[in-house]
Amino acid sequence: MNIPTNYVVALSAVLFTLGVVGVLIRRNAIIAFMSVELMLNAANLAFIAFARAQQQVSGHVFVFFVIAVAAAEVAVGLALIVTIFKAKHSIDVDQVSSLKG
Amino acid sequence: MQFSEAAVNGWFGLVPLIIAFPVAGLLVNLVLGRRLGERFTGFVASAAVALAFGVAVLQGLALLEHPEGARVLVADWITIGELSVPWAIQVDTLSVTMMLMVTGVSTLIHIYAAGYMHDDVRFQGDPGRYTRFFIFFNLFVAAMMILISGDSFLTLFVGWEGVGLCSYLLIGFWYEKGKDGIGNALAGKKAFVANRIGDFGFLIAMFLAYTNFHSLTFETVFEHAEAAGPEAGLAVTLITLFLLLGATGKSAQIPLFVWLPDAMAGPTPVSALIHAATMVTAGVYMITRTHVLFHLAPVSSSVVALVGAATAFFAATIAVGQFDIKKVLAYSTISQLGFMVAAVGMGAHVAGMFHLVTHAFFKALLFLGSGSVILGVEHGHHAATHGHGDAHGGHFDPQDMRNMGGMGTRMKATFTVYLIGALALAGIPPLAGFFSKDEILLEAQHTNLPVYVLLTAAAFLTAFYMGRQVFMVFFGKPRSTAAAHAKENPPLIVLPLVALAALSLLGGALNLPGLHTLGHWLEHTLGAEKAPEFSWLVAGVSTALALAAITLAWRIYGRRPLAENQPDPIAAPLGGLFQALNQKWWVDEFYEWLVLRRYVRLSAWLAHQVDTIFWHNWFHDSVLAAGFRRGTRWLAEGFDLPVIDGASAALARWVTDIGGGLRRMQSGYVRNYAVYVLAGVVLMLSFFLVRSLS
Amino acid sequence: MTPDLILFLALALLAVATAVAMLASRSAVYSALFLVLNLVTVAILYLLLNAAFIAMVQVTVYAGAIMVLFLFVIMLLGSQQAAVGPDLPWQRTVSLVLGAALVALMGYVLLAGSRGTLLTATALLEGFGSPQSVGRVLFSEYMVPFEAVSTLLLAAMVGAIVLTRDERTEGR
Repeated sequence: MNIPTNYVVALSAVLFTLGVVGVLIRRNAIIAFMSVELMLNAANLAFIAFARAQQQVSGHVFVFFVIAVAAAEVAVGLALIVTIFKAKHSIDVDQVSSLKG
Repeated sequence: MQFSEAAVNGWFGLVPLIIAFPVAGLLVNLVLGRRLGERFTGFVASAAVALAFGVAVLQGLALLEHPEGARVLVADWITIGELSVPWAIQVDTLSVTMMLMVTGVSTLIHIYAAGYMHDDVRFQGDPGRYTRFFIFFNLFVAAMMILISGDSFLTLFVGWEGVGLCSYLLIGFWYEKGKDGIGNALAGKKAFVANRIGDFGFLIAMFLAYTNFHSLTFETVFEHAEAAGPEAGLAVTLITLFLLLGATGKSAQIPLFVWLPDAMAGPTPVSALIHAATMVTAGVYMITRTHVLFHLAPVSSSVVALVGAATAFFAATIAVGQFDIKKVLAYSTISQLGFMVAAVGMGAHVAGMFHLVTHAFFKALLFLGSGSVILGVEHGHHAATHGHGDAHGGHFDPQDMRNMGGMGTRMKATFTVYLIGALALAGIPPLAGFFSKDEILLEAQHTNLPVYVLLTAAAFLTAFYMGRQVFMVFFGKPRSTAAAHAKENPPLIVLPLVALAALSLLGGALNLPGLHTLGHWLEHTLGAEKAPEFSWLVAGVSTALALAAITLAWRIYGRRPLAENQPDPIAAPLGGLFQALNQKWWVDEFYEWLVLRRYVRLSAWLAHQVDTIFWHNWFHDSVLAAGFRRGTRWLAEGFDLPVIDGASAALARWVTDIGGGLRRMQSGYVRNYAVYVLAGVVLMLSFFLVRSLS
Repeated sequence: MTPDLILFLALALLAVATAVAMLASRSAVYSALFLVLNLVTVAILYLLLNAAFIAMVQVTVYAGAIMVLFLFVIMLLGSQQAAVGPDLPWQRTVSLVLGAALVALMGYVLLAGSRGTLLTATALLEGFGSPQSVGRVLFSEYMVPFEAVSTLLLAAMVGAIVLTRDERTEGR
């Protein structure tokens, strides 16, 4: 595929921003969490694009690591959501505000 | 003086030991004395001084080889700017003469004191003070050595103050005794204060010497003074007059002699050593040491001569009217010191030093003899009152000659040596006192007739009061039970007396007319002095007068001895005059009236008017306290509250306000925090973008 | 307009569309499914960008395992409608404005200047991005991080178990 690297990175930026906006506007903890996955995914896309531009397989390795870390994160994160749900019977992130100053 | 390397490295190098030995002695006694007992203490103290005497003898032998002496540097003492005072020891014939005399007499008196104080501390009821006495005694010897050996005004002054301190300590040795339980302490204070007045003169002289001649070392001062010539005449006169003031304090001359009779409150060895033989001669020594300056100031010299002669006569008159055995000797000492001062005032330094040495012998002998008598009477008193249940009940003065009498038969050895001392003092040939006194009289007859007349009269009185004392004490019948029970003292006390008696007998040989051994010896230091030729007239007159005085004393006191409670036979014919003599011409009262009462009144006035009313009531309360209050109020209300408090309050308020504002950001909603993060990212990106574009 | 560019734009459009749909869906299950679509779309892009191995990992791990976990939790909690009460004030507006600003900034940086290197297949090394090449680098240069990641996964597993353990049923 012959396209400028910037286009791919720009797509990554758009996806990343969508992820950010998702985290900010959705109150459902699971959807916010999925938005985080979207952001990670966008970052991975940028990695792949740069890896090809620089002809470096290391980029792929990093994506691999990111996916592995994402898997761990999801496991712990979802466990946390389950625990919070058990305590509050809600997965609205706004219900978890005990750090209010 | 030339530095002689060989000499310095030889015997002269040992001279610091003359100070070190007594210091070592006192340190040993300080640490061990109390633990190891009286025998040890007395031995250490006497041995320390005896070793110092040995060093002095070595110095004298070394001086025979190198009569020019040496200056032995001990340490660099003071160096401030151009003022430099090394601590150096002057070894010359003058200082070594003094060293020999002081350490020699001190050794004998230390041995005597080892026996005397054994009894004294028991009579006074505090045996623990035995050690303290010898520590003070050794300290005195060390200070005296510093005084004698100093090569500058300042080192001499250190010793001068040191002996003054020891004198004070030893006069007040039984500080809780005496009149009203404080008399001895007051006597010590009196000595100290009178000496301070003299010291003030010495200090002023020292300052003047430094400002005028830019040095404190004797030699340099002398050189500069001689080089300055007549221009420095006024300065030299002032310096010498102030030095004379110092000498009158230390050597108990008019007007500062009043402390010496009171100083007899100290134990008798103290009176013998410090207040007769050694310390009180420091003034004479000092004038001799600074003879160059006195040569340059004829006015001062004649003042010195007159002061000495007047003191000699004045004190002799008082001695006639005293009943206390030691007071007689004290006034006699003042009188004899007057002889010496008169001699050095007339420029007859050799005669002065000669009399100083012989006087040290026979006056130490007389004092120690009187101590022996007192101790005998104390023993008798204890023996007599023992078993009566009132060992110390009632007033009994063991020093009052009216309580004595007939001691000659009970204390034969003491009597014999006392007689020798008394005859030596009276100036009967061929005893020591005759030769030395005769030389002074000879000089006076040649140079200063009023002085001669005064001194001759004093010599007559001297013979009279000594005769009176001897007849009252040793002849006739005991006038008290104590005297009747008196007994001779142990050999430790008597043997030094015998030694001193021998010296009093033969001391005149030091400077026999025609031979002038001492004169030639001192020539190396004092320069050649032309001693007047021996005059049969002068010697004859003084001897005749002395014999006449003794005869007179015998007629009054010896032929018909005093009975118990009988008044002095001369009291009636002399009437008011005897009262005056007995009351010491009311000099103390006069001083009291002239100085003390005014001083007290001035002090009271100062205390009340100046201190209480002005300083305390007005200045403190109205100026200091009120001003301080006003100042602090302004600081508190004008500065502290608005500025300092205000600043911190404002700071606290800001922090509260900002914190309150920021608190609202801590909503606890994680999405809010995420918005902040995003806003930060956007801001940073914008910043970098704007920067890269511009 | 090269065919490559058309293909890319189509896939990009699909990816953005699925992402937006994921955000917009009311139901969490729909959101999850849209995310799966998005992930698959991106996997295709990976494939086109010569990252065959990563594309496969993306599909199996992400679209497969992780999303199944998500769906499982959604089903477990049974609360697809999470919202209760009003939203935080200004949150949506501020978020959208800031998001737009972010996109604008990044887009300006990426697209206004140089277009960057043209990604050409011809210049690529033989076997670039193949499982073989990635594996060789992974097990040589990145051996230690790889092992660390395995430890991390173990820790995550333990953590998940500890967190979700029901203490009341403990010991039965």
